Amino acid sequence: MAARGGVMGLIVLGSRSRAFVIGGAISAFFLAIALIALVWTPHSVFEMAIEDRMQGPSWDHLLGTDQFGRDLLSMLMVGASNSIGVAVVAVGVGLAFGLPLGGLAAARRGWIDELVMRFNDFAFAFPALLSAVMITAVFGPGGVNSIIAIGIFNVPVFARVTRGGALVLWQREYVLAARMAGRGNARITLEHILPNIASLLIVQGTIQFALGILAEAGLSYLGLGTQPPLPSWGKMLAEAQTMLYLAPQLAILPGLAIMLTVLGLNLLGDGLRDLLDPRLRQAR
Amino acid sequence: MSVFLAKRALALVATLLIASLAIFLVLEVLPGDPALIVLGTGAQDDTLAALRRQMGLDRPMLERYLVWIADLLRGTLGESYTYGRPVADLIGERVLVSLPLAVMAILLSTAIALPLGVASAARHGRLSDTAIMGFVQLGVAVPNFWFAMLLILLFAVNLGWVPAGGFAGWEEGAGSALLSLLLPAIALALPQAAILARVTRSSVLEVMREDYVRTARAKGLTRGQALWRHGVRNALIPVVTIMGLQFSFLLAGTIIIENVFYLPGLGRLIFQAIAQRDLVVVKDLVVLLAATVILVNFLVDLSYAALDPRLRLGNGG
Amino acid sequence: MMRFWKTGLPVAAGVLLGASQAWVSQARAANDSLTMGMILEPPHLDPTAGAAAAIDEVVYANVFEGLTRIDRNGEVLPALARSWDISGDGLTYTFHLADGVTFHDGAAFDASDVVFSLHRAMAEDSVNAQKQIFGAIDKVETLDAGTVVITLKQPAGNLLFNLGWGDAVIVDPASAEGNKQTPIGTGPFAFDRWVSGDRIELSKNPNYWGQPMALETATFKFIPDPAAAAAAILSGGVDAFANFPAAELVPQLEADPRLTVIIGSTEGETILSTNNAAEPFNDLRVRQAIAHALDRRAIIDGLFGYGTPIGTHFAPHHPAYLDLVDLYEYDPRKAKALLAEAGHPEGFKATLRLPPPAYARRGGEIVAAQLAEIGIELELIPVEWAQWLDQVFRNTDYDLTIVSHTEPFDIGIYGRDDYYFNYHGPAFKALLAELNESTDQDKRYELLGKMQRLIAEDAVNGYLFQLAKLGVWNKDLEGLWHNSPVQANDLTGVYWKR
Repeated sequence: MAARGGVMGLIVLGSRSRAFVIGGAISAFFLAIALIALVWTPHSVFEMAIEDRMQGPSWDHLLGTDQFGRDLLSMLMVGASNSIGVAVVAVGVGLAFGLPLGGLAAARRGWIDELVMRFNDFAFAFPALLSAVMITAVFGPGGVNSIIAIGIFNVPVFARVTRGGALVLWQREYVLAARMAGRGNARITLEHILPNIASLLIVQGTIQFALGILAEAGLSYLGLGTQPPLPSWGKMLAEAQTMLYLAPQLAILPGLAIMLTVLGLNLLGDGLRDLLDPRLRQAR
Repeated sequence: MSVFLAKRALALVATLLIASLAIFLVLEVLPGDPALIVLGTGAQDDTLAALRRQMGLDRPMLERYLVWIADLLRGTLGESYTYGRPVADLIGERVLVSLPLAVMAILLSTAIALPLGVASAARHGRLSDTAIMGFVQLGVAVPNFWFAMLLILLFAVNLGWVPAGGFAGWEEGAGSALLSLLLPAIALALPQAAILARVTRSSVLEVMREDYVRTARAKGLTRGQALWRHGVRNALIPVVTIMGLQFSFLLAGTIIIENVFYLPGLGRLIFQAIAQRDLVVVKDLVVLLAATVILVNFLVDLSYAALDPRLRLGNGG
Repeated sequence: MMRFWKTGLPVAAGVLLGASQAWVSQARAANDSLTMGMILEPPHLDPTAGAAAAIDEVVYANVFEGLTRIDRNGEVLPALARSWDISGDGLTYTFHLADGVTFHDGAAFDASDVVFSLHRAMAEDSVNAQKQIFGAIDKVETLDAGTVVITLKQPAGNLLFNLGWGDAVIVDPASAEGNKQTPIGTGPFAFDRWVSGDRIELSKNPNYWGQPMALETATFKFIPDPAAAAAAILSGGVDAFANFPAAELVPQLEADPRLTVIIGSTEGETILSTNNAAEPFNDLRVRQAIAHALDRRAIIDGLFGYGTPIGTHFAPHHPAYLDLVDLYEYDPRKAKALLAEAGHPEGFKATLRLPPPAYARRGGEIVAAQLAEIGIELELIPVEWAQWLDQVFRNTDYDLTIVSHTEPFDIGIYGRDDYYFNYHGPAFKALLAELNESTDQDKRYELLGKMQRLIAEDAVNGYLFQLAKLGVWNKDLEGLWHNSPVQANDLTGVYWKR
């Protein structure tokens, strides 16, 4: 498994996959922006100057200002940390619940397996966005609730991936041997199963990360995600849409930011898959 | 086969029952009083109570759930709090927008995706393959509501070819109705097409490495002939699966897209019904949508069997 | 007491002007038809069974009529009651009804319909959204087919005004239940059809008892998106927008020689409603500090607005209005000093709940930025109307909110202990009681002035601005209302000049 090679190994391997290099670069760029925005932005995103609204680019405002005269670049930067933050935590939620569920289902089989799988089917039966709309209607719109709404739908995904990967491994000789030796299910899962499905999970995590960015943007666009005055890309687009005639530039940049981030993450995911799973690499 | 069918049908009913209970419970804890929404701030306590009685909201929870399920089974969907009309009528009206929209989107995405996917597979590793895959990556990454905004900006505002939004109804002529669904359908179709093209490509590639294709080529078929006779047909199975799975994404997509284009479809109906606490409409619609998704997945399973004789035999009837 | 969901649901979307055929549209065929654009589609068309303003905006004065009606200046005029006598003690009203009136389905109208309609609205199981306007009525009786007598429990000076509301229209017992979908009234226009999600069509009532209408047909077309609304009016697909939704696009429309743009007044006092019972807003100095921190001009500009700044809860176009805008002038330094005096030198944190309309959502961002300058850190909580009604209005579980009170002449709400401001002012209540008893206009205006000053000095709420009515229509169109004393699109006086 290539993942064991560490960061250096990844970089060396990375040079073999174009997707990995490009995707990694884009993702790293937005991640860096998100991190910088946590400590510094050119202007405060809460600072309004109604008389300076909807200006074009200038030295003071590199990307211009919005309908309240706030600095667009600063808003996009904070938007990046919001989107990425929500998506990362949502992936974390999915992993935290999906991994044990999937692992348990694979280890125990039987009715637990059946239950987990039926729960999966059930969760897939509702369009995720619809359920997210319902969740935010019950608990109120907001950043935390959109994390929950998005995270919940990561749970069955990770459960399924974990179970699928683990089921195969449970048949392997070294696992059977460990079992013979009297090791418990939990210990086998930790020692033998997890390290071997890590690559699967990393790839799936990248995909869900990208989907999370899109979902957060959609929810915020509908007014259900991150709330003002905190800027978010989806919210900026919703606002810009009513101003499209007066200031079309406001509608372009947040959309581009979403698209590039998702593109970067998807490419990164593809690249990782190619690198981590030699069989698939040949298939492509 | 019949055992398989019976098992699947049973699971389908069970899932639906749980779904109905889940949505009912969620609506129970939804803050906001439907009667207060209808009557507004001028309402007196006695009028609010009278309206709640009329809506049946004064009955115990279990009774309301059972009455609702019984009504559903009988095919009566109840009356909307907001519109004062039978929910079945409302849905019937809105389906005439959403269904054509979804069908157009599916047709469009298939029409774009299959040729692209096959072409890309046929030219595996060449420049055109890379170009197509680049397009696919972009298509997957674009948020559909933003793409919709760009479409409006270009085709409705700058060029004036199509209406920017709204839906005048079918009686104004199918042409203008379809025209007002065109941009929304494109906005919905693009991300779907990207996903589908990708699946088609890898599926075709996979099949082309199968033994029977190699055999066919050994018998003298050219690569192109092998691709068409064996590759495409057999590659369709995963493609159909993905189309089925995408159906629920498509439904979710209509919620956003119908809001962007102000189309009076099911997605917009449900969004507004939630805001207005039109609980009857919300729970009927959610169960119907869930049922549709489950049913479509069921049909996808069946079509496997139809497309792949091995599966039919393999499952042992 | 308010109807304010005029501006509707939150989802923004957009499209632009400049497109010649941007919205699906039909051209005006002849000069006897009118297409009126509206932002929100009504949920149904029965004004006696719902609070949505969009219902009245279609049917008021057009399809349904009451005993009296309210005209473009907010005055009470005779409608189905051509005249009335009031007894000396003010307890008995005798209404003389119009002759030869029929409902749109041909049923004859007489006194029994009035009795039925009012009884239905007052009944125990009534679901009339404004049942309280009938509160003073003891009984309604017919004297003969053309005369109705209303007896009151106590004198009510506003009875004639109240009977002019959309909630008090006269319906026919035979068709009353179907009015939600097929409204049948006595008005000059009859309901034709409703294309759900798109438009409602009315046509001239050939058997109308009063002045015949100049218009043959009237269509209400629902265009929820502001930019699409602009496109529709520029392309001529829509002849008029009585309430144009996008102030930021008005300059463009004003520049168009084919259009008339009228900036009129509404009854909507837009205020930063304050929970006077919640810490620290129960401290007068804190409320005064907020009043000093609000820059009304910046708020109105930020909303691209045409609103008029107000300093109290009263419509500026009313003769009794008192200009108190400068009572607490914009002065952040003074505001900070007041906060420090109240024991909050570093400011404090609070919540601001924002219902869906743009004036609240966008205005809230500006208000939050202004209060942040004096150290009050507001958490913005967007709420749907359902939650707003439940949490803020009914359970008064809030700190601050922004809302437009669109009821005409509603200063009386400050005398209600259970009202969501939680303002308990004995002095105000005394003035209100005096007002209700006095009939002399000068005396009333003097009292109203005192009341306005009292709530302004007490800084009960942050008073922001009076909502403007942005009317845009074809310049050949005459007779549309410039102001909106009640929320209606009265088409009875509308005609084409050419």
